[in-house]
Amino acid sequence: MITHSEPVTSAQPVTEKSVIRAGDYLNKLSGEQIEYECKRQLEAGCKELVVNFAETELVNSIGISILLGIIDAASSNGATVVFSDVNETTVELFEMLGLSKHVTIADSAPQLTKIWQNMIIS
Amino acid sequence: MAEHDHKLIHAFGALAELGQEITNKNNFQETIRTSLHLISGAIGIMRGAVARYARFGHELNMLAVRGLGDDFPLSLMLTSEDERQFLTNGLSPIEISQAQALPFFQVHNVSFDKRRLELFVPLVVRDEIVGAIFLGEKATAEPYTKYEKEIICAMGQHIGVAISQRNLMAEIERHAEDNRRMFDEMRSTYHDTVKAFAAAIDCKDKYTEGHSVRVGKFSEIIAMELGWGKDEIEGAAVAGYLHDVGKLTVERKIINAPYRINAKESAELNKHPGVGYDILQPIHHPYTDVPLAAKYHHERLDGRGYPDGLYDREIPFIAKIVTLADSFDAMTTDRPYKARRPAKDVVDDLQKNSGVQFAPELVTAFLAGMLRELKGEDRTKRFRRLLGRDYMEAEGIVDKLKYTLNEMAPTTPMTYIAAAGIGDRSLH
Ligand SMILES: [Fe+2]
Ligand SMILES: [Fe+2]
Repeated sequence: MITHSEPVTSAQPVTEKSVIRAGDYLNKLSGEQIEYECKRQLEAGCKELVVNFAETELVNSIGISILLGIIDAASSNGATVVFSDVNETTVELFEMLGLSKHVTIADSAPQLTKIWQNMIIS
Repeated sequence: MAEHDHKLIHAFGALAELGQEITNKNNFQETIRTSLHLISGAIGIMRGAVARYARFGHELNMLAVRGLGDDFPLSLMLTSEDERQFLTNGLSPIEISQAQALPFFQVHNVSFDKRRLELFVPLVVRDEIVGAIFLGEKATAEPYTKYEKEIICAMGQHIGVAISQRNLMAEIERHAEDNRRMFDEMRSTYHDTVKAFAAAIDCKDKYTEGHSVRVGKFSEIIAMELGWGKDEIEGAAVAGYLHDVGKLTVERKIINAPYRINAKESAELNKHPGVGYDILQPIHHPYTDVPLAAKYHHERLDGRGYPDGLYDREIPFIAKIVTLADSFDAMTTDRPYKARRPAKDVVDDLQKNSGVQFAPELVTAFLAGMLRELKGEDRTKRFRRLLGRDYMEAEGIVDKLKYTLNEMAPTTPMTYIAAAGIGDRSLH
C-alpha cells in the first residue's frame, strides 16, 4: 500500500523525496494510514512528497480530506507536494476544491511515470 | 458541466455517503472521524473538529480533530449564556466574526485565531445541544458560499442525530446495568430469605435437623441430573428448601413426637402441605412453582397420597422431584422411632416404589448421579457430603446401583443388543 523512494543517487538521503501510492485506500478511513506515513516521512526530513494516482480511478470526499491533511502537514514542514498520474476528472476536482493551489500537478508523461516507477518499491 | 453543478454533485455524493455511514452502526468514534473527513472533503476544508456536548459537565469534548495542532483545546467549557445562544441560533453555521461574541469563544480566541477557524456550527437536535463543528479555511482561501453553508447544515444534521442516538444508547445501557445490579441484589436477598426459612422450619423439628436443607440439596441434584438450566436448578433447590414450610403452624409436640403419631395428630400434621401452599402462594418465586411443590410433595403416582389424592399426570413435575428428595432424606436419616435404612435397602425401596410413589425417570436420574459419584466420574462429592462417607461407601452399593439401573433403564449396549435380539425373534 505505501511505498517510499529509494535513493536516486547515493548522495541523496532516503527521505529527501518520497513517493506514495494513493491506490484505493485513499477513499476509506483506512486512507488515514497514507496520511500517517506521509507525516512520518515529513518529520524524517522529506522535502518533496509525490503522491501517485496511477491506480486511483476516482477520488471521493474522504480521499480529498486525506489529501488536504497531507498538504497541510507538508506546508507546515516546508515541503512541497506533487500529484502525479492524475486523470482528467480528478484534476478538475482538485481545481474545483482548491487543492491544485497547493500542489504541483505533474504531467503524467510516460517518461516521467517511468522514472517514478523505477523509484517505487512495491 | 458548470463548475457549480460539478461541486453540487460532489457534495451530494459526500452527503449520501455520510447518511450511509451513520446508518451502518459502525464504531461511533470511526463514524465521527469519517463524518469530519466527508465534510472537509465535500467542500475542501483544510482544518476542522467535531465535538460532543457533555450535558452535565457543560463541556464540548472533541471527538475528531483535523489539522488543528496538538495544542488545540480538546475540551471547552460552555457558560449558560453560550447554551442559550446555541439554542436560539439552532443548527446553522455562525461566521467566526459573530461567534467571537460568545463567552466561551473569548476564552479561546487566541487559539481559534491561530488556526484560522472560519465557521462554527452548534449541533442542536430536538431543542437539545448535542455537539458542535469547528471549520477552518477552505483550500481555495475563498469565503464560504451560501450553498456550502447549506451542505454543512445538512451534514451537521446527520452528525447531530448520530451523536444524539449514541447518547440515548448510552443511557439505555446504563439503565440496563442498574436493573441488572438491582436484580442480582434481589436474587441474593431472596436466597438468603429462603435459607433463613428453611433453618426456621428445621429448628422446629429436633429429630430431623437439617431436613429442609437436605431436601433442597437433593432436589437440586435431581434437577442437575435432568440437565436443567441454572435458574431451573436453583428453583428446584428453593422448592426443596421450602417444601415443609407449612410445618411452622403444626404444634411442636406433634412434630417432635417420639412415637408413631395417632390418627388425630396425623390429620393435624397432614395439613402442612396445604398450609405451606397458602404461605408461599402470595410470594413471587422467579424460577419455578414453589407453592405447588409444597402443596403436592406428599402425593403419590398411584393416587394414594395427600392432600388431594392426585394421580401421576396430575402431579406437577416439581412436586415429584421434591417428593423423591423428601422420601430419600426420610429413609436415609435416623428418626425417633426408626433408624436410617442401609443404602442398599434404600435403593431397593426406590426401585420398588418407582411408578407407584415416585416418578421412575427421576429415580433413575438420581441413582445414576449417585453411581457416577461412586465411580469417581463426578468429583463434586454431593452425596458423600450429605450422607457421610461410610454410608455412601457401603459394600456392594456400586453393583447394587448398576443392577438396579440396568433393570430400570436398560440402555447399555449389552441390554440394547439383547432387547434387539428378542425383537428380531418375535419378527420371525
Ligand atoms: Fe412434608
Ligand atoms: Fe419433608
